[in-house]
Amino acid sequence: MSVVDWFTDPLAYDFMRRAMLVAVVCGIVCAVLSCWLTLLGWSLMGDAVSHAVLPGVVLSYVVGVPFAIGAFVFGSAAVFLVGGLSRTSRVKEDAAIGIVFTGLFALGLVLVSAIPSQIDLFHILFGNVLGVSDGDIRQVVIIGAIVTAVLLFKRRDLVLYAFDPTHAHAVGISPRRLEAILLGALALTVIVALQAVGIVLVVAMLITPGATAYLITDRFSRMLGIAVAASVSACLLGTYLSYHLDWSTGGAIVCVLTVQFVAAYLFAPKGILAQRRSRPDTEDEGDGGLAVGAAA
Amino acid sequence: MIPPETAVRPEGLAPVPAATGPVVTVEGLVVSYGATRALTGVDLSVEPGLVHGLIGMNGSGKSTLFKALMGLVKPAGGAVALFGEDPREARRRGRVAYAPQDEDVDASFPVSVRDVVAMGRYGRLGPRRRLRPEDRAAVDAALERTELTDLADRQIGALSGGQRKRAFVARGLAQGAELLLLDEPFAGVDKRSEATITALLRSLAAEGRTILVSTHDLVAVPALCDRVALINRRIVAQGTPDETLRPEPLGEAFGGFVPVEALRSEVAA
Repeated sequence: MSVVDWFTDPLAYDFMRRAMLVAVVCGIVCAVLSCWLTLLGWSLMGDAVSHAVLPGVVLSYVVGVPFAIGAFVFGSAAVFLVGGLSRTSRVKEDAAIGIVFTGLFALGLVLVSAIPSQIDLFHILFGNVLGVSDGDIRQVVIIGAIVTAVLLFKRRDLVLYAFDPTHAHAVGISPRRLEAILLGALALTVIVALQAVGIVLVVAMLITPGATAYLITDRFSRMLGIAVAASVSACLLGTYLSYHLDWSTGGAIVCVLTVQFVAAYLFAPKGILAQRRSRPDTEDEGDGGLAVGAAA
Repeated sequence: MIPPETAVRPEGLAPVPAATGPVVTVEGLVVSYGATRALTGVDLSVEPGLVHGLIGMNGSGKSTLFKALMGLVKPAGGAVALFGEDPREARRRGRVAYAPQDEDVDASFPVSVRDVVAMGRYGRLGPRRRLRPEDRAAVDAALERTELTDLADRQIGALSGGQRKRAFVARGLAQGAELLLLDEPFAGVDKRSEATITALLRSLAAEGRTILVSTHDLVAVPALCDRVALINRRIVAQGTPDETLRPEPLGEAFGGFVPVEALRSEVAA
């Protein structure tokens, strides 16, 4: 089989074309959000929201509404509970996150076992991109488009929020509103991502592309582009590997993402090998202060 | 008659309207964190066109007072007015700028110096915060004013501590702020950049801007500040550096930890 066939053959199947579509949408929206999550240090929060949606997914099937609705309700509830717990008690935020997400995840496990239904727990936990339904695809595309559009529209404000929320406040831009936008985007993105890789691996989609890009560039706009390229290529390649080698799709996607990260860690301009080779930039001009202009 | 400072100011920076009356008025300000009283009734008046130093040890309430001026903590009592009006109104109109202390800045954040200075314009822009030509002109002028033009495209972490401090001052200038709050501007800054920053702040004050600097670096104060307020949960002394940097008020502010003799010889020199 030629290389070209390796990529084109699977596209003859309808289920593979759907899987590719979901993979691309998921790759884009996760990568865009991951740039802010990486800079804000919100990976634990991403893990929390993704696990907390499980009871929402189960209840959605029971009630008969699109699973995105239940997932969003429980994802948002997790965010509020974490914030509320750390504000109103002496429990610190990371402890609050640990308590809330395991609690809600456990509730989900109990519901799955207690309620007779068609739900395949394995698919929710580890993703089922090769078996997505038309309804699932619609939800993924609509949510993905909305989240990506909002994040890109507000990107300058969100960068400002991640860099210096005090300055945002100082010029009359509400940091709390920007935080709410990011948390809402997180809850929605989790819904998209769990289609591709499942609850357990969602956090990889939410962090690794941004972290890889962060090692490669020190400009935010380039970081967005690199993260999207890395994430989409990982989602597509992972899906192909899964098809040809009969690997777990979510597992394959996250393995590719991780290999990308390791490569960036080793070989990027700011990677570990480059640091070893050259001494870090010594700022010899120090603060030549106002003389810098004259010296240059 | 145009004052010389106005004549040399680069194109693009809005002139500073002449302020009348105090820029900051704090009366009986009380701030508590749980059972701890961080500020126990602070009275402070900051006059326009001067460099004011807010001096105290760690834990003296300097940062809390700054946060109260910025509206980031809710006072348990007392009142804060900026430019004689509600601080919220002053912030909405971009009249107050804040330069964080270096340890509060994520130096590895992927933004350039120009990006940071441009953030000064955001309060005036539409929801997407796209810069218009006049905003770019203001950013360029602010970079020039702080002599950072040649470093504008560097990542913020590729600057020295002193240059980074100037970048935040430039952000305040691009914002068009009349009041600049600087938190520990000399922390992690060498002697030469300290002199550079001092000269920059002095010339901004000469243009009519009001500067409020918090510091525990007593040695830098006489060259920089026109007015000094010593703080230790309340204002211990307020006045010119000569009036305030004396053994007795310093002892009260620093609890006897100041090498007062060394300081006095520094002041004399």
